[in-house]
Amino acid sequence: MAVEIGGIGHSVARKEDARFIRGRGNYVDDVKLPGMVYLDIVRSPYAHARILKIDTSKALAIPGVLAVITGKDLVPLKLEWMPTLMGDKQMVLPTDTVMYQAQEVAAVVATERYIAADGVAAVEVEYEPLPVVVDPIKALLPDAPVIREDRAQKNNHIWHWETGDRAGTDKAFAAADVVVKQDIYIPRIVVASIETCGMVAKFDKVEGHLTVWMTTQAPHAIRTVIALVAGHLGLSEQKIRVISPDIGGGFGGKVPVYPGYVLAIGASVLTGLPVKWIEDRSENIQADSFARDYHITAELASKKDGTMKALRVKTIADHGAFDAAANPSKFPAGLFGVITGSYPFEKAFVEVDGVYTNKPPGGIAYRCSFRVTEAAFAIERLVDILALELKRDPAELRMQNFIPPQAFPYKTPLGWEYDSGNYGAALKLAMDKIGYAQLRKEQAEKRSRGELMGIGISSFTEIVGAGPSKHFDILGIKMFDSAEIRVHPTGKALVRLGVKSQGQGHETTFAQIVAEELGLPVGDIKVEEGDTDTAPYGLGTYASRSTPVAGAATAMAARKIREKGRLIAAHLLEASPDDIEWKDYKYQVKGVPAKSKTMAEVAFAAYTNHPQGMEAGLEAVDYYDPPNLTFPFGSYICVVDIDKGTGEIKVRRFYAVDDCGTIINPMIVEGQIHGGLTMGLAPALYEEINYDKDGNIQGGTLMDYLMPTSMETPSWETGKTTTPSPHHPIGAKGVGESATVGAPAAIANAVVDALAHLGVRHIDIPITPWKVQKILREKGVAE
Amino acid sequence: MIPAAFEYEAPTELAEAIDRLARSGGEAKVLAGGQSLIPLMKFRLAQPARIIDLNRISGLAYVRENGDLRIGALTRESDLEESAVIRDRYAIVADTAAVIADPIVRNLATVGGNVAHADPANDHPATLLALRASVVARGPRGERVIPIDDFFVDTFTTSLAPDEIVTEIRIPRAQAQSGGAYIKLERKVGDFAIVGVAAHLQLDGKGSVATAGIGLTNVGPTAIRARHAEEALRGRAPDDRAIAAAAEAAAAESQPVADLRGPAEYKRDVVRVLTTRALRRAVARAKGGK
Amino acid sequence: MRVQLTINGASREADVEPRLLLVHLIRENLLLTGTHIGCDTTSCGACTVLLDGRPVKSCTVFAVQASGRTVSTVEGLEQNGVLHAVQEGFTKEHGLQCGFCTPGMMMTSVALLERNAAPTELQIRQAISGNLCRCTGYVNIVKAIQHASATMREAKAEKEPATAGRA
Repeated sequence: MAVEIGGIGHSVARKEDARFIRGRGNYVDDVKLPGMVYLDIVRSPYAHARILKIDTSKALAIPGVLAVITGKDLVPLKLEWMPTLMGDKQMVLPTDTVMYQAQEVAAVVATERYIAADGVAAVEVEYEPLPVVVDPIKALLPDAPVIREDRAQKNNHIWHWETGDRAGTDKAFAAADVVVKQDIYIPRIVVASIETCGMVAKFDKVEGHLTVWMTTQAPHAIRTVIALVAGHLGLSEQKIRVISPDIGGGFGGKVPVYPGYVLAIGASVLTGLPVKWIEDRSENIQADSFARDYHITAELASKKDGTMKALRVKTIADHGAFDAAANPSKFPAGLFGVITGSYPFEKAFVEVDGVYTNKPPGGIAYRCSFRVTEAAFAIERLVDILALELKRDPAELRMQNFIPPQAFPYKTPLGWEYDSGNYGAALKLAMDKIGYAQLRKEQAEKRSRGELMGIGISSFTEIVGAGPSKHFDILGIKMFDSAEIRVHPTGKALVRLGVKSQGQGHETTFAQIVAEELGLPVGDIKVEEGDTDTAPYGLGTYASRSTPVAGAATAMAARKIREKGRLIAAHLLEASPDDIEWKDYKYQVKGVPAKSKTMAEVAFAAYTNHPQGMEAGLEAVDYYDPPNLTFPFGSYICVVDIDKGTGEIKVRRFYAVDDCGTIINPMIVEGQIHGGLTMGLAPALYEEINYDKDGNIQGGTLMDYLMPTSMETPSWETGKTTTPSPHHPIGAKGVGESATVGAPAAIANAVVDALAHLGVRHIDIPITPWKVQKILREKGVAE
Repeated sequence: MIPAAFEYEAPTELAEAIDRLARSGGEAKVLAGGQSLIPLMKFRLAQPARIIDLNRISGLAYVRENGDLRIGALTRESDLEESAVIRDRYAIVADTAAVIADPIVRNLATVGGNVAHADPANDHPATLLALRASVVARGPRGERVIPIDDFFVDTFTTSLAPDEIVTEIRIPRAQAQSGGAYIKLERKVGDFAIVGVAAHLQLDGKGSVATAGIGLTNVGPTAIRARHAEEALRGRAPDDRAIAAAAEAAAAESQPVADLRGPAEYKRDVVRVLTTRALRRAVARAKGGK
Repeated sequence: MRVQLTINGASREADVEPRLLLVHLIRENLLLTGTHIGCDTTSCGACTVLLDGRPVKSCTVFAVQASGRTVSTVEGLEQNGVLHAVQEGFTKEHGLQCGFCTPGMMMTSVALLERNAAPTELQIRQAISGNLCRCTGYVNIVKAIQHASATMREAKAEKEPATAGRA
């Protein structure tokens, strides 16, 4: 029975694949409307410059160019600035000054894509370069040029945020036997989903109605933002329809509102025509939201025997020219406070300062639940440094310190309540599966022969599922999520969700939750997302929140249906509702299995033969406000070999044990982990966005932004433990980002481990061959 | 990214192509595989008024060994990689073809284009330098055979006249007791070389080096022939000491600059490391190994 | 300029600017939107199609160059309602997530299996190294291609004795 239902725990084949493997997906650039025109963007070659003049005449003279929009054109519409989620504001188009390279300067609207590009090339802009600040530490110096002259505060400091017990932590450090300290820079990266961002905007002048097809992970929030930003122009929320069609990868990069979206809408309002704007790859890498860029100084205090006591962290966060991170409103540094990780520190104190620089805005867009990757990387690196300091095996030191399983729910010194965990079991499984003891022997033998091999561990704790609405909101909108289920008379169901898949397989997994709860075959359940006209309001898919929040909403909505169904079943079975139980995916009269009704039978009755006085129909909606976050965790072990001549690092093996609580679809979960690991490998060894001192991006294409291919990526090995979340209706925790959060530290720890006997304690990521080879030469062991 | 407009011609005869190129007044670009040119055009870093597409001209794609080895300029890298004669007798060329860009790009990218583009990061030039190849060019004044040492002038600049088209690469016939290898270090598959080293050796009857050829990729304004390194090997048994000396010399001759592929010092050292490895492989192959 | 080509078995014509990229001809003029665009630099392979049977990156070919030639895209893989073994493999082995790189990845896979019916894992990884995927980590793509390889060989083995019988 269970197999036919395809409920929780089954590797049901993905429903969405049917269109994707036939090339019948419907991505934004596939949307083609009659009369549609194209928008392309003029971008700044300078990182900081005054705009002296924009000459649009040559562009406007090109046949087919319909309009060129500049910042000045947006002033009467009050659209030259837009608010950010972090209480800052961001330029849509500059009226005076550009603040980072590749910033939008003007938009060209033309009848054809190619003509729009010609128009962009023909717009002439005169700039007067201004002093540039790219280093956030220098940006805080008193004599640094002020980037944001529009603010009352005439310096580059955005905010200070702190959490924990400063005095108590200082005291614990003063009393500690051992203190290790490390500066860790986690560089700027971009998600570079294979589909870039884009929009088709269609404004109907007669109806005053706007429809947008848009690469967004959060369609409802976007609709509200449009209403808030452009409400004064008559765009009220009931006249805005946001459609998020198939999305070619999001990873956080499709949460923010980019100026291009606003310009496409503006251009449609202006011309009365449908307008398409699609980024090219350079724009996507150079101007879209970034992630990381955290300058961390982390210290760990412990006893001589390795018992970890206290953690102290100071961070400078580079936010670029506008604070446009997509964090929950009250968390300017996201959930960085999860940095105490898997260990029961008695005291901890964390402070972060946000800083403006002449770089693009952003802050979290890289498969990371609000700065958790930075936190996991710092603590897992620090634990390895402590192991080196104490000459202890890093696995053993972790085992000694883990928060024990019986301590859950566990309250951290920084205020989080971890729901459940069994960290030792996950690490032990990873060690057994990869053959840890044997690998250590191999390493010792290789070392004696002068070969370099390293083993790295990362035992991370994630924090996802934002969130309890008392703490989490975006622009004041509480971070609940929603599901609506309609069971049709013939026992088929339609499920609509406030979240939006970008490849995670929602059409399958959410159907499986409903299948499990209602006993309907998964094939009879259709899942729809991404249309604000039809889906219930939700905050969207990012930060691994779909399963923890919308998954819970789906189960709760299904349970509401099941409860109503029980009354109908009682009516059909001529029994008291109290005597009806849900068993084996059916309603049964207690103790009389022969007297039963299926959900399909009950559904038919809900429309044809429901009890007198009961409303007809069988549907429910649930807006789920989680009582707490969920805390997935895992232990990863990585083995690397290092080429002593070139410094190249080869990831030979990587075993990942993840625990994300109850697993809905094992196949999809494993796929999420494979992908997440690859997005952990990438910044560990390859990806980085760099700027020169003038703020010029170094390598803003996929030729130089080094996304791993099939050849760099190892054959990931995975395993699991299952520790359900006690507060989630089905015990699920979310898994989309765990691997990206956990993997970089495992890889960095492995590389450092390979070189530890030479006295190496830390190397900043990405660990390039030349960084390694420089060390080898300095230590006299290079080939 | 959208290229600027241009006029397009696809002659079916080489003579016609040369004629059109000659009459274009320097405004035309020749299109072979297009895998370097088209991206440049999309970024509008190249905006030729006219494109002369060679792909409709037959008879420019071949690999033949009669006397010397002749490779038609329009031979696709993937065909070169799969050619039996290249695999069996010119392993260094197979090594090179197999690491150019990625397998899909290699289905269009041509040998002639790789050489004529004169990008110091392209891989064939170093190998051709090591092999003492020559480039055959055809222009209004007829055919010229240009020794490879005279071909690369500067970054993206060759000794081709503006109205000449590369038609063929000639490589001296593989001899007994000769062998070579090309080794490329790249940041990831598909990337240009951080450093590439081509090494080719001809051993004499006593197993000493009769002639050596060493070419370096992406450590100078053009591909570089490491003459001192070659010198260090000539007449000597290719043992570890001789190889080490040659590798040191090659490193000294390289002219790397710091960029996203690493600091100059690193690249110089990698020249040494890869020269060592390429020479060892060349020796093994000259002695009949793979 | 007039371009005439055979795409997925059908002859099509279009009047285009010389600068029109093949991928735009396919997507905009011929309305076959299964072929995607992911970069500008021949790096990602989302636009991979078969040109006379060989995978090429259609964002780096001018449409005029394809005139008189044969192009195959993802839309041509399914024949008479029967999925290609590669399509089957990708869905059975969960070789796709967002689906954006998938058409290009599958076209490369089809070409690989036509040349090499039983590739090793390394050969598969080499063959797809010009196609970037941001979702899957490639493990299941490799499995998908192995799956397709096995079913194609089985199908061939079933066919061959019959052929031998006729001869």
